[in-house]
Amino acid sequence: MSVDGAAVMSAEGVTKQFGGLVAVADVTFTIPERRIVSLIGPNGAGKTTLFNVLTGLYKPTLGRVLLGSRDVSRARPDQITGLGVARTFQNIRLFGAMTATENVMIGRHTRMKAGVIGSVLRPPWVRREERAVRERARELLAYVGLKPTVFDRLGAELSYGDRRRVEIARALASDPKLLLLDEPTAGMNPQESSSLTDFMRQLRDELQLTILLIEHDMQVVMGVSERITVLDHGEKIAEGEPASVRNDPLVIEAYLGKQA
Amino acid sequence: MNELLAQLREWREAIDRRLPPWWSRALTVALIVAGIVLPFLFAKTSGFTNATIIALAYAVMAVGLNVVVGFAGLLDLGYVAFYAIGSYAMGWLGSTFFFKAHVHVLVHGIANQEIGIHLNFLLILIAAALICAVAGVLIGLPTLRLRGDYIAIVTLAFGEIIGTVAVNGTDIHVGGGMTLTAGNIGISAPDQPYFPGIGQFNGALNLRPFYWLILGILLLVVVINVRLRDSRLGRAWVALREDEVAAVSMGIPLVRTKLLAYSIGAAFGGMSGAFFATYYTVINAGQFQFGFSILILAMVIVGGLGSIWGAVVGGLTLGYVNNYLIPNTFNSLPSKLGLHFQLTSVEFGIYGFLLVLVMVLRPQGLVPERRRKLEITGEIGAEDAQLVEPTATGPPL
Repeated sequence: MSVDGAAVMSAEGVTKQFGGLVAVADVTFTIPERRIVSLIGPNGAGKTTLFNVLTGLYKPTLGRVLLGSRDVSRARPDQITGLGVARTFQNIRLFGAMTATENVMIGRHTRMKAGVIGSVLRPPWVRREERAVRERARELLAYVGLKPTVFDRLGAELSYGDRRRVEIARALASDPKLLLLDEPTAGMNPQESSSLTDFMRQLRDELQLTILLIEHDMQVVMGVSERITVLDHGEKIAEGEPASVRNDPLVIEAYLGKQA
Repeated sequence: MNELLAQLREWREAIDRRLPPWWSRALTVALIVAGIVLPFLFAKTSGFTNATIIALAYAVMAVGLNVVVGFAGLLDLGYVAFYAIGSYAMGWLGSTFFFKAHVHVLVHGIANQEIGIHLNFLLILIAAALICAVAGVLIGLPTLRLRGDYIAIVTLAFGEIIGTVAVNGTDIHVGGGMTLTAGNIGISAPDQPYFPGIGQFNGALNLRPFYWLILGILLLVVVINVRLRDSRLGRAWVALREDEVAAVSMGIPLVRTKLLAYSIGAAFGGMSGAFFATYYTVINAGQFQFGFSILILAMVIVGGLGSIWGAVVGGLTLGYVNNYLIPNTFNSLPSKLGLHFQLTSVEFGIYGFLLVLVMVLRPQGLVPERRRKLEITGEIGAEDAQLVEPTATGPPL
């Protein structure tokens, strides 16, 4: 893989156990800079668990997670976000009682400076910061394709498609270099999926983002990924370019079962 | 009933439309002015002024507890701890209690000659807020790994611990024969507030200065709260309350943000506690009962969880019910009806009834907060969301 740039993030022998259950077993893989990388596998293969380890929600039982050359295995999720990793969730987790704009402003939290004193006294720089963040949030909402009429609507009032969009805008608000998308096309029709696929490429090219994707829709995966890692029962069973992964006998077995 | 409410709402909206945009600001100013001149309508030491002062101090506590319970969603059942600590700050720093010390800072009259530590009330107020902010962090720390009901249990225990320490403080020696608290005997006669240029307060002769002082504290606390609510920190609290996992994944530091809620809420409780100490002129361990935590929590809930003005209204309402309506206005009501008991003996029953009444008729509280209202009444149903789906001709936002 010499054509790839430096690794933005890498897992080195990551194992995550919950009691006796090994959810992720000794997984090593890297996410090269400015690539769209997919993580696939049957249900229960440990994809989301690995996601949660990478973003700091879980601490790995064994192994390390590196962000660039920095060990973030023990870092808190908010620290990892601060270092430039943002994510979305499989079951969209918007703040339902906050407006779309406020949701995106939350994503900007880690890049803001106002503390208790600043918030209470509101010196000019705090007012400027607040205004700038609000404007930036609206720009991002427009960028992900939300209509201006729903910018001030509460998260819980948004349509399903709009919630997905707001969630991506919220993730983008922290100026990430790595974006982790957990099944972003779940519940979308083929047309919507394909426009999201284009959008991912646009994100990579315009914002110089690296994207790690968990996805079930094979058309999306094969279409957009430059590299695929396959998990099954918590173990990495294959890795490589879409064409080679598609024909890997282990992958076919994991998805379709062993031939009798 | 529902038709009547709908009619009222319609009228209100019609009125809202006709009023100029500055009317809410004008209303606020008018309310503040009315608040300032109110005590002139009553005698200098009237019972009503007394009840109002206590109700305002309750409101300060309710606004403080609202930060913890309403904004950050951390159910705190031990808020009485900060009442106690704030009161003791007043006792320690503004009375003859630490009799070996001779410290006098900006005090006046007899307080200037007495033994003990005597700081200006403003300094004590700040000290009480700071001490309580630290105590808030200490009480918050063990609850960080807990959720919901478990937080309530831990904070409840802390409230009880502080209360017990207050009672048994007579056996905690701090050197020179001095003890930490005076237990159930009480620290008596803490200094009355004195402000250079304004003068010496004397509660026995004139309650009005106390009234203006606590009104000022309440306004200050409300302004601070409004600004915090509409800030980066306020948004972070709401996010944590709604979805902790999403919030931390979006970069909100969990420990720091929660502890800030605890310590800010505690600081306001401490300020009110210091005021109560000088106003009641005694700091007695018996004041710091578990029931007090519940009373303040009831104020927050009756007013509308998460709503600053709700906490003020809730605090004033229950404050008046507690200190005026039950013991003064209606106390003899049962005997007039030929019954042989006083209303004060069934006051907890009355609270309970009022609470149930509010929860049934208006579960979102008297002055509901926009977000909470949606959470509680579930007005944002899926069908509604479909009906208001944006169109090109939709209302401009």
